[in-house]
Amino acid sequence: MRRVSFFNVVSLALGLAFLYLPIGILIVYSFNASRLVTVWGGWSVRWYLQLLEDAAIREAARISISIAFTSAVAATALGTMAALALARVGRFRGRTLFSAMIYAPLVMPEVITGLSLLLLFVALNLDRGFWTVTAAHTTLTMCFVAVIVQSRLASIDRSIEEAAMDLGCPPLRTFLTVTVPVAAPAIVAGFLLAFSLSLDDLVIATFTTGPGATTLPIRIYSDVRLGVKPEINAICTVMVSAVALMVIAASLVARLTDTRATKAAIAP
Amino acid sequence: MARRQNAGGTFVVVLVPYLWLAALFLVPCLIILKISLSQTAIAQPPYTPVYDFAVGWAGFKEFISGLSFQNYSALAQDTIYLSSYLKSLQVAAVSTAILLVIGYPLAYGISRATGRWQALLVLLVILPFWTSFLIRVYAWITILQTDGLFNRALQALGIISAPVAWLASDTAVYIGIVYSYLPFMVLPLYASLQHVDDSLLEAAADLGCRRWKAFWKITVPLSLPGAIAGALLCFIPVVGEFVIPDLLGSSSSMMIGQTLWTEFFSNKDWPIAGAIAIVLLIVLVGPIAGFEFIRARDLKGR
Repeated sequence: MRRVSFFNVVSLALGLAFLYLPIGILIVYSFNASRLVTVWGGWSVRWYLQLLEDAAIREAARISISIAFTSAVAATALGTMAALALARVGRFRGRTLFSAMIYAPLVMPEVITGLSLLLLFVALNLDRGFWTVTAAHTTLTMCFVAVIVQSRLASIDRSIEEAAMDLGCPPLRTFLTVTVPVAAPAIVAGFLLAFSLSLDDLVIATFTTGPGATTLPIRIYSDVRLGVKPEINAICTVMVSAVALMVIAASLVARLTDTRATKAAIAP
Repeated sequence: MARRQNAGGTFVVVLVPYLWLAALFLVPCLIILKISLSQTAIAQPPYTPVYDFAVGWAGFKEFISGLSFQNYSALAQDTIYLSSYLKSLQVAAVSTAILLVIGYPLAYGISRATGRWQALLVLLVILPFWTSFLIRVYAWITILQTDGLFNRALQALGIISAPVAWLASDTAVYIGIVYSYLPFMVLPLYASLQHVDDSLLEAAADLGCRRWKAFWKITVPLSLPGAIAGALLCFIPVVGEFVIPDLLGSSSSMMIGQTLWTEFFSNKDWPIAGAIAIVLLIVLVGPIAGFEFIRARDLKGR
């Protein structure tokens, strides 16, 4: 048995406190009755009620969720294909370039990704809006999906797939009935990560958006620049709760399917 | 699957994502390069020359002769740009160092916990990463305000007598960056610390090696790949960071991401923004290649 030292416990407690205190304070202050963000005026849900009546915020949330959903579906499909190409197709021409194009966007500064995509859309003379943001988000998030699914595929015993095919199962059917079920936790985790990354993105969306497609982060950002408002605390709390519920749901689903795989899958 | 028949399936699985990334990642990078060699114009799009595919070879030659390195010499001449690059590199280097110092004990603590706790602790470190980046930065604005909780806590503890203006300072930027990037540092560190074989430490102890010495001689060298991966995973994006310095930092000395943003959105100078991006990429090519190298070696080692 490993000995857990006092030092370890203290560093864990401090580290987790640092990670969670700011979000906790934000959530508590979203229930503050006072308009002043720094003065506590008792518990209240008035900012949530105000939020419900704010049509601009509602519209921004609707646009953000549609973009996140559409781009996450596309990114999951493209990313899973890319993962198969990396993990299951041996050598092919341009493999080095392919894998560089998967990994480079993960660390590329967002301002460069955003600027480059905008310049592409301008060069193609496309009207900017919902679809350009969706395409931009798909490009970024498919790389995250590819990395997650690929690491799962790499850990799966290939002999199961080979056994299925030796027994006469056609490749496509093998893929659907053998590969997809074992890789499912990673594919689900990839989808959720793609969804939340898209919902979260400010920089790339600002570059690639156009009239009529103001996403929630763009909206929040312009509000925050004008100053701290209690309504923003309320939106943030709603978003944090939604994400927390999603992650908990995902880990429950994953526990039902395969516990070990998720740990590898959720940790990118 | 590839070794079997099914060439059609393999072809699709490689080609579709390949074409997507070539069109939406590789081509855009080339377009930035081209724009950075163009000139600003009051037009739509706001630069010249614009290549028209209809004009053929003669037009292409004319287009090439219209390109110039003028934007790059402008970058070299105006000290605003140079100081932005230096500032970005400095902020990235200092925050990566702080992240290592804070992240290492955290990752080490997780790796020493028992199995069930380990899974939970990893989840707890990842969870904030799933919540919005903007929200996490915003949370700090509330806390660091002059009449915010941080100042009041410090005053209550008697550490300071009058409120300090934390916002619009480098300190606030460092806090924001360390807070936002901590999971990126902890996870790779944890991944490599997790693989440190306990029997090595036991052997060292059996041979009379003190615990801290065993830690320095065994654990630290074995966790070095994780530390390098974590450092690069933080350093590279932080150099180009925009949101954190924009919301928490001062406007007097901008990081390069902010300078690019201003040139593009406020000054509408697309070519110079393109040139800034290309130079930033050149600055980051070394670290990105290092990251690729570690990743490729990791995959082989598995």
